[in-house]
Amino acid sequence: MPAQRPRPAHGWRLRGIVLCAASTLGLLAALPVGAQSEPSGQVALVAYSTPAPAYGALIRAFNKTSAGKNVSFTQSYGASGSQSKAVAAGLSADVVNFSLATDMERLVQKNLVASSWNTSPTTHGMVTDSVVVFVVPKGNPKHISTWADLVKPGIRVFTPNPFSSGSARWNIMAAYGAELKLGKTSTQAAAYVKSLLKATVSQGSSAAAELLTFLQDEGSNKNDVFLDYEDDAIQAIRGGASISYVVPKQTLLIENPIAVTSDTKNPSAAKAFVNYLFSAAGQVEWAKLGYRPTLPSVAAQYRTKFPHPAQLFTIESLGGWDAVATQFFSTSSSSPGIVTQIEQSLGQSTASS
Amino acid sequence: MPGPSLAAIYLSLLVLVPLAAVLSQAFTGGVHQLFAEITQKETFAALRLSLICSLIVVMTNAVLGTAIAWLLVRDRFALNRVIGPLVDLPFALPTVIAGVTLLSLYGPGSPFGVNLAFTRYALVVALAFVTLPFAVRSVQPVLEALDPESEEAAASLGASPWTTFRRVTLPSLLPAIFTGAGLGFARALGEYGSVSIISGNLPFKTEIAPVNIYGLIESDNNAGAAAESLALFALAIVVLGVFSILKRHFIPRDPTA
Repeated sequence: MPAQRPRPAHGWRLRGIVLCAASTLGLLAALPVGAQSEPSGQVALVAYSTPAPAYGALIRAFNKTSAGKNVSFTQSYGASGSQSKAVAAGLSADVVNFSLATDMERLVQKNLVASSWNTSPTTHGMVTDSVVVFVVPKGNPKHISTWADLVKPGIRVFTPNPFSSGSARWNIMAAYGAELKLGKTSTQAAAYVKSLLKATVSQGSSAAAELLTFLQDEGSNKNDVFLDYEDDAIQAIRGGASISYVVPKQTLLIENPIAVTSDTKNPSAAKAFVNYLFSAAGQVEWAKLGYRPTLPSVAAQYRTKFPHPAQLFTIESLGGWDAVATQFFSTSSSSPGIVTQIEQSLGQSTASS
Repeated sequence: MPGPSLAAIYLSLLVLVPLAAVLSQAFTGGVHQLFAEITQKETFAALRLSLICSLIVVMTNAVLGTAIAWLLVRDRFALNRVIGPLVDLPFALPTVIAGVTLLSLYGPGSPFGVNLAFTRYALVVALAFVTLPFAVRSVQPVLEALDPESEEAAASLGASPWTTFRRVTLPSLLPAIFTGAGLGFARALGEYGSVSIISGNLPFKTEIAPVNIYGLIESDNNAGAAAESLALFALAIVVLGVFSILKRHFIPRDPTA
């Protein structure tokens, strides 16, 4: 039989269980005598993969605060959709952080997250923002700055596969919405997406895999542009990658939701951690790591680091994720989405090549 | 007898129950739905590509893997101690790492100037890499156990080395070659990690079935993913069946019987 690779979520779940078991034992042994007013104990954090390095720094900073000094963490990272499904299937989590609201809504439907998670008047439950940017080789040798530049003849575009990667969906919708902002009709915008996908030479299974692929030709500069989150690009540059990035004038605001689960076993510590992430101190940490702060006061401080694109738009302006998922990315054989159909029509012209 | 029942339980838990689960998932929407999912253009193209690439890889490795096994067993030169264990390396290497390594060697930044990245050639190279050990390790023990006397006899009767190999050695090796080919084929059909890195996963062009299945799962189309998995199983069963018939056909008859 074919060797079916286990879904990442299962691995993480197992690891989560092992970690939980191990740390519960450790906790019992280390439990201090006497009641405490400050939160303590353990918080299980389940998040999408890009902020994994950021959480290392954020947890260290949280542990230095009075609210966080007695709190320890188990952490699980993976593709946003897989992580959300794992929690829905029973992976124990106190705090969940995903790359798109759809993954949070899945847990709302399972009563694992309160439906009021996005009712904060300032941040709407979004702990960080980012934007879709053009990652280019250092120095931008092909002078790529606009969406039109991406579909010029000979430009090699990289974007993860929109059916397996959440981040690729942000990219495609950024391209589509940018065309609308440029005054095009929805038919013209779909035609643009088609030419963009036609210029694509690789569609990795995730943003991380695609970045790895894009960086493989360092020096030869044959790979021209990679559509990615701004925060991911900043982290790659901090890691020494020889790339730079361009924030296009028209781009999509990426919003990353966070919530405390409704079945958390440690609500005081989980809430304290999420409150910290939303606090001015926590938002400054996020900003240092490349994420756009959602707290207005901190966002104002970082205006220069994170330039505000002239024509920034949200996924809500395109109908919201639920509608977009059906309208653009449905793989149903009876009613395929717009992007599904585009891939099919491209396939017929390229299948023989 | 606890032994056989334990084995049966183990096999059921690990193989039969999960298989049944995939089967029932695939049939949830009925046969009509199953057929519609499998014949979706992109799914069908991915399945066809998987089948063709796996067959090419299996045939290439059957020839070259046998040659490597021959080298390891018969050509006892000093390097064998080094090469021997290296043959198993593709099993030990996480396949994603294999993909990255192959991409850096045969991608746009290739030190040899060979750029296969994001083409179907890259698929074949990646699958050949991860399945080579099956081809070599299936043939090697048979070759080791083979009595060189019959080859020497053939040579002393005037047969050329090629004739000796073709008429004396190869017939004894064929069952092992088909075993290795079957294992390699099944492995190639299911391979995901290395391929997803180096092939570019372009639908209709370089996207093989496991990558397509992963996309369907991430898009919440579990029925479509199960249907395509079922089609992969079916392909594996048919090809393994053919290999097994061929293998039985070539099992050497005892000349004294």
